[in-house]
Amino acid sequence: MSVETRRKERIDRGIKVRSDGVYAISSWREMSYLMVPRLVFILGLLVLPLAFYYLPYWQRVISIICIYALLAISFDFLANYVGLVSLGGGFYVGVGAYIAALCNTKLGLSPLLTIPLSTVVGGAICTVLFLPCLPLRGVYFAIVSLMYPLLAARVIEALDIFGGTDGIFGVDPLPSGWVEQYILIVSVLLFAFGMRRIVDEDVGLVFRGVKDNDQAVKASGVNITTYKALGVFIASTMGCLGGACLVHIYMWAGLSQFALDFSIIPIAATVVGGGGTLIGPVIGSMILVPISELLRDFGTLRIAVYAVILTLFIVFKSEGIMNYATRKYEQFERWVEI
Amino acid sequence: MDILIYGIINSVSLALMALGFTLVYGVSRLPNFAHGALYVLTGYMTWLFMNRLGLNYPLSILLSLVASACIGAAMYYFILVRVRGMPISEIIASYAIGLAILEGLRWGGLKGATFVLPPFIQGSTELFGVSVDFHRLVVVAAGIVLVAALWLFVNGTKIGLALKGMAQDERAALTLGIDSDRMAVIAMALGSMLAGLAALVLLPLGTIVVEAGYNVLIMAVAVCIVGGLGSWTGAVLASFLIGFAQILTVAYLGTHFQVVVALMAIIFTLIWRPSGLFGWQKELEERV
Amino acid sequence: MSPDGAQDTAQQPLLTVENVSKKFGGILALSQVSLDVFPGEIIGIIGPNGSGKTTFVNAITGFVKPDAGKVTFKGKDITSQEPHKIADLGLTRTFQVMRPYYSLPAYKNLIVPLFSPRARRTGGWRGGGKMGSRDTVAVDILEEIGFERDSYVPYKVASSLPTGYLKRLELARCLALRPDLIICDEVFSGLSMSEMASMVPLIEKLQMEGMTLIMVEHRLRELFRLANRVMVLNFGCKIAEGTAQEVMEQSDVKEAYFGSEEVYEYV
Ligand SMILES: Nc1ncnc2c1ncn2[C@@H]1O[C@H](COP(=O)(O)OP(=O)(O)OP(=O)(O)O)[C@@H](O)[C@H]1O
Ligand SMILES: [Mg+2]
Repeated sequence: MSVETRRKERIDRGIKVRSDGVYAISSWREMSYLMVPRLVFILGLLVLPLAFYYLPYWQRVISIICIYALLAISFDFLANYVGLVSLGGGFYVGVGAYIAALCNTKLGLSPLLTIPLSTVVGGAICTVLFLPCLPLRGVYFAIVSLMYPLLAARVIEALDIFGGTDGIFGVDPLPSGWVEQYILIVSVLLFAFGMRRIVDEDVGLVFRGVKDNDQAVKASGVNITTYKALGVFIASTMGCLGGACLVHIYMWAGLSQFALDFSIIPIAATVVGGGGTLIGPVIGSMILVPISELLRDFGTLRIAVYAVILTLFIVFKSEGIMNYATRKYEQFERWVEI
Repeated sequence: MDILIYGIINSVSLALMALGFTLVYGVSRLPNFAHGALYVLTGYMTWLFMNRLGLNYPLSILLSLVASACIGAAMYYFILVRVRGMPISEIIASYAIGLAILEGLRWGGLKGATFVLPPFIQGSTELFGVSVDFHRLVVVAAGIVLVAALWLFVNGTKIGLALKGMAQDERAALTLGIDSDRMAVIAMALGSMLAGLAALVLLPLGTIVVEAGYNVLIMAVAVCIVGGLGSWTGAVLASFLIGFAQILTVAYLGTHFQVVVALMAIIFTLIWRPSGLFGWQKELEERV
Repeated sequence: MSPDGAQDTAQQPLLTVENVSKKFGGILALSQVSLDVFPGEIIGIIGPNGSGKTTFVNAITGFVKPDAGKVTFKGKDITSQEPHKIADLGLTRTFQVMRPYYSLPAYKNLIVPLFSPRARRTGGWRGGGKMGSRDTVAVDILEEIGFERDSYVPYKVASSLPTGYLKRLELARCLALRPDLIICDEVFSGLSMSEMASMVPLIEKLQMEGMTLIMVEHRLRELFRLANRVMVLNFGCKIAEGTAQEVMEQSDVKEAYFGSEEVYEYV
């Protein structure tokens, strides 16, 4: 073992320190230091559909990216702010998808109605179904949540309800590609920045308290089950929204909407993008989903590729891209002799 | 009568699938979600050795068992050891490895033809008026022998006792000079070998398919959760409970329900008694 | 019953514990322990390590479900109630193994109790939540408990705070809820002499303001100065109860503590 004679020191950049307090901002330079990354991100997302105007296939991919981004934000929020690691994102997607499909084909509601409806109703249904599992923690919750989408798919298959293995056909598409993409992009932006706000509000601190140490929250007279349920509701809402949009994009609801992809890719996106940042998951999806599209010809190899990427990141670079970038942006490093 | 006989066979199969998982979890508190992948991989390797390299059956079995033990150990040594102590990362990492193996197999190996391993003994016999393949009897025998052998190993050998010590109290074991990482590697190797053994005993009853990997994982998790994570007697008892429950539902409701039973068992046990139906000794009451 | 005679014995007890027992596997952690706590008192609980003090606290506050016995708080049966409901009634506790929200700054740790239903009803500590923002109230509480306001300490992440501050943060978390009864599980241990010198007056002040406290302690000297009554546990049984002098004169108490350095060191 060689003896280290120097270590890395990380120091906040002056501009970061100065612009930390909102009242201390005094120059355009400092304003732009804060605003530019956010603006680039928001505008970048908003112009994406325009940039791919001549590539309709890739416009579709943008929608899919957004759906995975929603799921990834939901995973990130639940795992890093509520302390519930939900490996069953596919369940939310499936519930949202089937509700939207049923409302559309059976009740004849238009997609613009079914999407908000299945978002809220789906969120409520998922929350109720997860209620019994909320006292579970850590590994146990992860295992049950992994089982939920599998169970849902097998039950639909075994009971042959909701179209059984064939699924529900003939779902209406959204009015146009633009509506589809902008509904999704705006939802992603709203949820990403909205959730970032919420976790710093007082409610958000209670969520984080539940994650850090639920016993102390109980001792403070706060019912942790209520907050966990609320957390699951918020998270499943995002998943159901994604599922509902997916159904109208593919014009079909089927068992594959409970599939592994929806559970594993968002996790990979979160780990790659940076857990706990709520923006990182979006970035992660923007990287991973296009890779998946490029690998489409290779069938299930893409899941294997994700799994490998996920393993590598979780083992070797667990902070993810976003945390890494933030650190570089806000701090400089130097070596100091010991 | 068929329900009794097939119930027993099914239960023993479940126990076989779950043993490796329980062993690893029991010793190193590591939920090895790549268990199902190792199961399929071992079966596939045996098939490769036999059909591509032209080796004979026993030799292929031996080689693939050794290989699966090595893969398990390597998995721990290179990857999982870095996320030790972070239970969620452990699950995600091992699950991801399992996915990579399974989906990689689906893409690169297990497609096109049907892949079958020959049964150890051909033919069938009548037991109490029910026709049973010889191989199914082999499964039961293998299950009994394996459980007995494991018991002897754990209680009779030095490594086994060290593993048992780790399982009971990792920190106390550390102070006694038991190297916890080495033990975990051994446990992973053994667990993977058990997954492989289960595969070699059970796969000749059907074909080698990727889905088996997911199903075996679900079954193993179901048995371990119902029996109480890390408890061996619990696991054996639970496999009989779930085994018979499955055979009964299949007999009265249809084959689709086989996995549903296991999933329901997991969810209900976790909700009702997270420490497992037979986890008497370990109350999950947290110290405050 | 009350030591100084100033208290009205006919007064209703704030908390009544009747014959509470708890078994962990084969260990009888508590056997038939009873205790009455009157408003405004400070009760000390002492006993050797592993004598069941923390279990007693847990059994009262709902963190452990007692096998037998009854706990009544303000006339309500709270046996085996959910901990958050008990806290909501105004009975809160600190944890011996400190449980701050490690990822949050110290003052943000107090947002959870200040955001709880009880604090929103009552305004939290000194009703401050009704007037100012929760952040301000949080810093006020921390200042009161000895975090220097103008330093960076209240804003530091809890995981980087030393033990002394974390212990006080535990107490601050209870105060924020504006409780009627606080149970402190070893808040003095791990404090330096100077920190202690500021904690004791704080507890005295709380009592003057009408707070009732139960203090589990190993630091007997400070405890005996504060406590109106002391209960002694040994092997899960209550072996003595009374004023500090009465208790220390009992032979079995001496025996339970015999050879224990604490007696020589602190008394
Ligand atoms: N959750 C639990 N599970 C099993 N045994 C427990 C549990 N909690 C406490 N015990 C046991 O109960 C007995 C009493 O423990 P307790 O923590 O109440 O002691 P204590 O008086 O607080 O000791 P200390 O002074 O060290 O804090 C001990 O023997 C302990 O091992
Ligand atoms: Mg204690």
